[in-house]
Amino acid sequence: MDNIIEIRGLTKKFGNFTAVDGISFSVERGEIFGFLGANGAGKTTAMRMLCGLSFPTAGSGKVAGYDVMTEGEQIKSHIGYMSQRFSLYEDLTVNENMELFGGIYGMKRGDIADRSCQLLHEISFSDHADDLVGSLPLGWRQKLAFMVATMHRPEIVFLDEPTGGVDPITRRQFWDLIRAAAARGTTIFVTTHYMDEAEYCSRISIMVDGRIKALDTPQALMLQMDAKNMNEVFVKLCR
Amino acid sequence: MSSFIRKEMLHILRDRRTLLVVLVIPLMLIMLFGFTVSTDVNNIKVMVCAPHRSYAVAEAVNRMTASRYFEYKGFVDAGDIDQSLRTGKAAAVVVFADDYDVSGKYQLLLDGADVNTARTSQAYLQSVLSTGNVAVKQSGIQTHMLFNPQMKSSFNFVPGIMGMIFLLICAMMTSISIVKEKETGTMEVLLVSPVKPIYIIVSKMIPYLLLSFIDLVIILVLAYFVLDVPLAGGVGNVVLVSVLYLVLALALGMMVSNVVESQVAALLISAMVMIMPVIFFSGLLFPTENIPWALRWISYVVPPRWYIDAMRKLMIEGVDLKGVLLEVGVLLAETVVLMTAAVKKFNDRLE
Amino acid sequence: MSALGFLIKKEFIQFRRNRFVSRLVFLLPIIVMLIVPLVANMDVKGVNVAVVDMDRSGLSGRMVSHLEASKQLRARLVVTDYRQAYDLLEAGKVDVIVTIPEGCEQTQMLGRMPEIKIDANAVNATKSGLGSQYVIASLTPLLTDGSAVLSPSVRYFYNETLDYRFYMIPAFIIIIIMLICCFIPALNLVLEKEKGTIEQINVTPVSRMEFTLSKLIPYWIIGMVALTEAILTAGLVYGLWPEGSLASIYWAALVFALAMSGFAIAVVNISDTMQQCIFVMFFFVMLFMLMSGLLTPLDSMPQWAQWLTVAFPPRWFVGIMRAVYLKGTTLAELAPDFLALAVVATFFCIVAIVTYRKQK
Repeated sequence: MDNIIEIRGLTKKFGNFTAVDGISFSVERGEIFGFLGANGAGKTTAMRMLCGLSFPTAGSGKVAGYDVMTEGEQIKSHIGYMSQRFSLYEDLTVNENMELFGGIYGMKRGDIADRSCQLLHEISFSDHADDLVGSLPLGWRQKLAFMVATMHRPEIVFLDEPTGGVDPITRRQFWDLIRAAAARGTTIFVTTHYMDEAEYCSRISIMVDGRIKALDTPQALMLQMDAKNMNEVFVKLCR
Repeated sequence: MSSFIRKEMLHILRDRRTLLVVLVIPLMLIMLFGFTVSTDVNNIKVMVCAPHRSYAVAEAVNRMTASRYFEYKGFVDAGDIDQSLRTGKAAAVVVFADDYDVSGKYQLLLDGADVNTARTSQAYLQSVLSTGNVAVKQSGIQTHMLFNPQMKSSFNFVPGIMGMIFLLICAMMTSISIVKEKETGTMEVLLVSPVKPIYIIVSKMIPYLLLSFIDLVIILVLAYFVLDVPLAGGVGNVVLVSVLYLVLALALGMMVSNVVESQVAALLISAMVMIMPVIFFSGLLFPTENIPWALRWISYVVPPRWYIDAMRKLMIEGVDLKGVLLEVGVLLAETVVLMTAAVKKFNDRLE
Repeated sequence: MSALGFLIKKEFIQFRRNRFVSRLVFLLPIIVMLIVPLVANMDVKGVNVAVVDMDRSGLSGRMVSHLEASKQLRARLVVTDYRQAYDLLEAGKVDVIVTIPEGCEQTQMLGRMPEIKIDANAVNATKSGLGSQYVIASLTPLLTDGSAVLSPSVRYFYNETLDYRFYMIPAFIIIIIMLICCFIPALNLVLEKEKGTIEQINVTPVSRMEFTLSKLIPYWIIGMVALTEAILTAGLVYGLWPEGSLASIYWAALVFALAMSGFAIAVVNISDTMQQCIFVMFFFVMLFMLMSGLLTPLDSMPQWAQWLTVAFPPRWFVGIMRAVYLKGTTLAELAPDFLALAVVATFFCIVAIVTYRKQK
């Protein structure tokens, strides 16, 4: 089995408070892995450790073949990341943002131009390539942030609540983009608290108070918990 | 209303680092400047060039060494004088004539690049060399330094630092914190609450007012007990005028936060109406009488100038409130104008 | 183009798009150079003296005319009532009071020294110190036997007319570079922190060094543009052109700009919010301005304070600038100062890189 993420006993403590309490799981290459949990359950903290933004207090594991404890910087070359807060540069245009992030990952100029053209075409946004990002509506910004995160063809993309505050239609379009990327072989690691989105995932894990309470395919979980939909699963688990 | 103030207090109290910074920095500024900074010219580096190192020359050198104004740096050859002045090894060179013993002739070569040092060293060297300090004493001239007998520059700096710190905390910190709420959108949340909008602004200001007041107390205690600033005009008067100034600074902060939309702009505008005028227009270092007429109106407008003036009179010269009526009047007028304008502007923006 | 190239390009685009900041940065040197040298004048000229003449004798008359003849003293009001003179002093109209007591001439004729009193308003220490020295200098010949006093010939090097503006202009240029190279990069970086864009950078493979350099280099260049503007304005408006070589000025300025922006970035790295960062920055800028010999003499500070300033970049730069600008000193002659500046700059840049944490 080809696992792109393998985590054993990953823990993060802030003083006395344990945000993530010894979680273990693995993610297969090419799957859409949903990371669910209530607010404050430790999803974001866990994800930040996987991306090399935060040092784990304890545990071990590999992301894209590199050690999360010691090889944070190597991990970064192989992943894409889109954070909860919108974080493209608002005072740069769409194209300038793409060029910047392509350049940071060491892409060649010509390659950057081709790739951004192709990505913008995919979301039919080519007309707005020279618009300032700050002037775009939130939905478009989020789609754009996703495109920028996949710009350098990472093996795995981390998405931290990518659809927060976005209307249902844009959310559906956003998930179409995610599935298209997964179909091309990119692994997707996504946190969300929209339960309908969970059903798009190949497998999901549900975190409660820093621990993983359940991990399986959505169908299997609904069966186990005797629930009609993911919402019910979630409510039963968290109670 | 009180719940809003509590929210703001909690914001500040939880942020330990900011609190520490706001309380410790004024203290450090007062101590450092009080003990170190001096506009007075001391320890002037002097070198001597003398063809004959006679008894009279040696005696003159002794007199220089004894003076606290000079730091004697040794003899220099005539050919090296220019280099010593140029590299800053010496600020003044005394060249004794061949026949100094008889004629008493000497020449002063001074580094005119540093104007005040040049003037001072000329005056002091002349008085040390021409007759010696002894003669001056014999002549019966008694000099009294009024108000500041040890001629400490710190006396000047304390009011100056107060003028600036309070602007920094009250005007800059409040405007940044209000604009930050605008930027993050939490201001909207507060504005839709049933509390009157103006109270929201007031509640943001009160904690900073309290912080500045604590700073005021710290500064006064240090100034009086550590730096020996006399506070001769009465602590009550000093506090009264300072509180007026604090309110003025808050009004300024509110005005700035009304006009600008981003934290950076708030900061730069506050900096422009604060740091620059305080240093250059308030008389802190540079006497206001030296400002050319065309530019003097700027110094008449900037509030810290009046506050610093009033503080200097109250704390050092020891006049009472009557002596600072003009300053207080101007501060009061500026407060009223700024407050009215700020409140009006704030209400306009809501509609 | 490497990642660093892309990052620097981004900084320049952002700088250009922010009209407010970019205009400010370009206008600041010119405005400061136009206004500040006229305003910031610590020159002691025209010390105002009031003479309280209680003797009304020939001697006291000669004293007054000696005081009147002095170039440095001004507006000699002769009053008979000390109270009146004191009120003038309190009102700031007069800096020094000279009191000639009753029976002064008689005392001298009896062969004793008459007692003259000088009261100076020492709130302004420089003015009162110099003022009373001037008074003593002009009265001494009358009170001693008169013949013994010989005034020396005096020559002022480098600034024959003792123009105070010339002394301060190099310092103002330093203040301009300091403000630009401290505040602009700090604001830029603190905004990246508050907006969260820095997070997006932290999750990329960009190294700490590359990111820090991308913040240093643009402001380095902007600082040099500001320096050029300031030099031109000073030359065209005040007629003060650097005496020494421009190359030495630019070399030293390059190192200084690096030291200041390195310092600014280190401050941002260790503070969490804009308020904190700005407050700390102001603290240090005040220290740099007042304790580096920019505005007040360095040698007058106590020894321990002078040791403290070893780590202040402006302390070294101000010495170099004044010497090169006014006296034509060469960089070789100033090697120790230059070396010290370089060491301090390297130190701050290393601190800037080390305090930047990509992973927490």
